[in-house]
Amino acid sequence: MGVTIKMRTGTSLIQIRGLSKVFQSSSGDVHVLEDINLDIKQGEIFGIIGMSGAGKSTLVRCLNFLEKPTQGTVFFDNQDLSALSLKELYKIRQSMGMIFQQFNLLMQRSVLRNVCFPLEIAGIKKKEAEERAYELLKLVGLSDKAHAYPSQLSGGQKQRVAIARALANNPKVILCDEATSALDPATTQGVLALLKDINNRLGITIVIITHEMSVVEEVCQRVAIIDNKRIAEVGYVKDIFTKPTTDAARRLVFPEGKRVEHFTGNRCCRIVFDGSSSFEPVIANMVLEFRQTVNIIFADTKNIDGKAFGQIVIQLPEDKLMGEKMMAYLRNRGLTVEEVHDFV
Amino acid sequence: MFDPVVVKMLALGFLESLYMTLISSVLAYVIGLPLGIILVVTDNGGIKPAPGLNRVLGSIINLLRSVPFLILLITVIPITRAIVGTSIGPTATIVPLVIGASPFIARLVETSLKEVDKGVIEAAQSMGASNFEIIYKVMLPEARPSLILGAAFSVTTILGYSALTGFVGGGGLGDIAIRYGYYRYQTDIMLITVVLLVIIVQVFQEIGMRIAKLSDKRK
Repeated sequence: MGVTIKMRTGTSLIQIRGLSKVFQSSSGDVHVLEDINLDIKQGEIFGIIGMSGAGKSTLVRCLNFLEKPTQGTVFFDNQDLSALSLKELYKIRQSMGMIFQQFNLLMQRSVLRNVCFPLEIAGIKKKEAEERAYELLKLVGLSDKAHAYPSQLSGGQKQRVAIARALANNPKVILCDEATSALDPATTQGVLALLKDINNRLGITIVIITHEMSVVEEVCQRVAIIDNKRIAEVGYVKDIFTKPTTDAARRLVFPEGKRVEHFTGNRCCRIVFDGSSSFEPVIANMVLEFRQTVNIIFADTKNIDGKAFGQIVIQLPEDKLMGEKMMAYLRNRGLTVEEVHDFV
Repeated sequence: MFDPVVVKMLALGFLESLYMTLISSVLAYVIGLPLGIILVVTDNGGIKPAPGLNRVLGSIINLLRSVPFLILLITVIPITRAIVGTSIGPTATIVPLVIGASPFIARLVETSLKEVDKGVIEAAQSMGASNFEIIYKVMLPEARPSLILGAAFSVTTILGYSALTGFVGGGGLGDIAIRYGYYRYQTDIMLITVVLLVIIVQVFQEIGMRIAKLSDKRK
């Protein structure tokens, strides 16, 4: 698989500077991106996440100038893409692979010749190109499908072919535009694992555009959250997961959007487990029963011989009636329940 | 009726019809294919939008398409004389056939090429393919089955046009049908020419559909 050059991690491969994109339509200008600034480092897997319509697909197309920014620019490998001639742009695109949600394979070409396609564009001789294509198909685990046509492959296999194709010209980066959104969860896992492996083994930078937090969580080191045309937050995935600082980030981390922001009720109740009840998930069952959340303030329980001992203090919902119902429910389960005030 | 003279005449007419149709089809594609490509490429969502050129070209094509073929046939006689030296006979007929068929071939090609998935074109762009490479490495090969079906349709339509040129002495089966069948009431000869025309249409259509199906790797 050629010689792997150990990348200097930490230096920026892609720098986005003051980038804005405006589309002209019959009903006036549509601002899609506003003042985007980002640095994507060499060798990292970088996620760009946002709700649909946030402008992330346009942003990834600005990275290889499939869409020309209205303002600002992109530096790739220290070259200002806006300063390049068309020919130079074609050349530099050969060092940027891209994969798509709908795979975008050439349907009339065999798998092998699909992988050969970018090599043809780069002017590589046919024999050499085919050798390289076989090598790449081996890398993505599809050697046996070289002479099949895309229509004979499953979604996951098609995306593997697309990855092989994206790797053909030894790119410095692979741009993934919703690459797993058309795949089922198991296939998504496989494709993500492959991308991770490619990043690990070949040191290729990967930029992943997605609307799924699970994808970012799975493979990305850093992530930018794009919301309402702008970058809302950039940082390490684990930081954004544990302490999202913007609403956009919170919406993505808690996708149901039902997170209770203010739990102002200060009615609490203490539930005492004295061994007379079986060790069932009583709180969880209650929450399911009433479809109303409670806040566990304190808990110290033990399972001794299948019986529950200890106590739990929960904060009841604001609704007084609901609180009464919950306490009644708990008493019915044979628990000792007492209301406590000013616990919080 | 099956005396050697009539048979020879019908055989000659058959060959003339094939000759006119095939040469006209090839020449009409030489003009129509690039025009169709230009229509798609310069379209708003195309790989090199040029609204002005697109509109002008589209209007010219529509104009030529709306002229009834029989009128076109007579109108272009001076052009035919200038190019071929005569306005009668199969070779002269090729001129109006090409002029009449090129615009609709341009539209057929346009329709076929527009079926090509935009995403695939975008993928090729992302790999650094030039517009020229996208045309001949992506658009044309990806549209191949549809282009072949279009070609079969074009050939049979041109054959129909060529039969019409019999009215102005164009030669071929149409000429025979009009001179013997229509003017002399020799219905049997007319019937034979029609049967021969039907056979040619069937054969070309069938061949076109089979090649298109064989070359389509989507299923």
